[in-house]
Amino acid sequence: MRMLRAGRWITVIGLLLLAGVYVRAFAFTPMDRLQGLAQKIMYVHVPAAIWAETAMMLVGLASAFYLFTKDPRLDRFAASSAEVGTVFCVILLTTGPIWGKPIWGTWWTWDARLTFSLLLFFLYVAYLLLRGAVIDPAARARFAAVLGICGMCEVPFIHFSVYLFPTLHPMPVILKPSQPSLPWSMLSTWLLSVGVFTMLYVGFVVQRYALSYLRDRLEAVQEPDNA
Amino acid sequence: MRSPDLLRHAWTVASKDLLVEFRSRTAILSVAVFVVLVLVVFNFGRDPTAVSNIDLAPSILWVTFTFAAILALNRAFLIELENQALEGLLLAPIDRGSIYLGKLIANLVFVVTIEVIGLPLIALFFNVHVLLAPLILVIALATVGFVAVGTLFSAMTVRTRFAELLLPVLLLPFMILPLSWAVQATVRVLANRPLNEFAGWLSMLAVYDVVFVTLALLLFPATVNE
Repeated sequence: MRMLRAGRWITVIGLLLLAGVYVRAFAFTPMDRLQGLAQKIMYVHVPAAIWAETAMMLVGLASAFYLFTKDPRLDRFAASSAEVGTVFCVILLTTGPIWGKPIWGTWWTWDARLTFSLLLFFLYVAYLLLRGAVIDPAARARFAAVLGICGMCEVPFIHFSVYLFPTLHPMPVILKPSQPSLPWSMLSTWLLSVGVFTMLYVGFVVQRYALSYLRDRLEAVQEPDNA
Repeated sequence: MRSPDLLRHAWTVASKDLLVEFRSRTAILSVAVFVVLVLVVFNFGRDPTAVSNIDLAPSILWVTFTFAAILALNRAFLIELENQALEGLLLAPIDRGSIYLGKLIANLVFVVTIEVIGLPLIALFFNVHVLLAPLILVIALATVGFVAVGTLFSAMTVRTRFAELLLPVLLLPFMILPLSWAVQATVRVLANRPLNEFAGWLSMLAVYDVVFVTLALLLFPATVNE
C-alpha cells in the first residue's frame, strides 16, 4: 500500500508539473516563426515518443532478466512498463495528428515515421493481448518475456528503418549526432518536459506494479492451495 | 551439443513434419486453394485503367504470401497437440534448439511451396515477369525472417485461448517491417532498376533474418519448458 501511495504522489506531482510545462511553453517560450502555436505540441509529443520506445526497451530488458532469474517482480515490472508504454504510445499517436492537421493539412499520412509509430503501438497491444490469453501465470510470464525480448529487438529496426524511407515528418532537432538545432529557450522547456514525462512514467509504473502485487496477494489468499 | 548433431536432429524433426504433411496433403492443398482465391479476390478490388499491374503486383504478392504464411504457421505446433505429441518430442534426448530448427525448416519448406505455387499465378493473372533472380532473393530473405518469428510465436499461441486469432495479432507487428522492405525491393526489381537501388533493403532483410533466427533459437526453450 505504501508503494501505491508513493506512485500516486509521484503521478500527481508529475501532472502538476506537466501543467507547469505548459504554462512555461505558452507564456515564457518563444513562438515558432513558421509553425506558430502548433509547434507547442512538440513539448508533449517528443517526450511521449521517447518514453514509448524506452518503455518497450525496459520491457525487453526486464523480460531477459526474468528468463534467467524467474523473479516474479521482473515479470510484474515488464507488464507494468508495457501498459504505461501503451499509454505513452497513445499520447504519441493522438498528439501527432493534432499537429499534422494544421501543418500538413491532414490528420494522418502513411509516412514511414507515422506508420512505424503505429507499429510500435500494435506491438504493445500484441504484448497485452498475449498476457490476457494465457491463464497459467508461469506460462504467461514466460510467453510474455519471449515476446517482450522480441519487441525490444524490433525497436531499433523500427527506429532506424524510418531513415530509409522518404518522409514528411520533421527530422530530429534535438536527439541527433550533431548539436541540437533549437534555441536554449525552447530546449530548456523541452528538457523540463522530458523530466516531467520521466516522472509520470515512474509514477504510473510504480502504481501499476503495486496494484498487480496486491492482485497477486489477493489471488493467493483466495486460493490457499496455491499460496 | 555439437552442431552436426543439432542439424541432424533438426532434420529428423523437419522430415517427420513434412512426411505427415506429405501423406495427408490437406494443409498444403487448402493453402494453395486459398492463395488462388486471394489472387482472384484482388482482381475485383482493382481498377486496371487507373493503376497499372506493375504498380499493384508487389503489394498483391506480399499480401497474399503474408496471409498464406500465417495460415501455414498456425499448423506447425497444432499438429503436435494431438495425442500430446509435443510432450513426446520434448522428452526426446535432443536439444530444444534442434526442435525449433526442425520446425523452422519444415515451415520454410511449406511456405516456399506455397510461394512456388503463388508466384506463377501472379505472373499469369497480373501479367508481370517474375522469374528474376533478385526477386527470388527478396522473397527468400523476407520469408526466412517472418517464418523464423512465426515459428517461435506459434509454439506459444498454440497453448493459449484463441490460438488461430492470436498468432496473426502477435506476428503482424513483426511482419510489417520486413514486408515493407520487401515491397520496396520488389517494386524496384519488377521495374528492372539496378541492384544498387535496392541493395539497402536486401541488407536490412538479411540483418533482420540473422537477428531473429538467432533470437528465436535462444528463446525457443522458454516457450516449451515447464
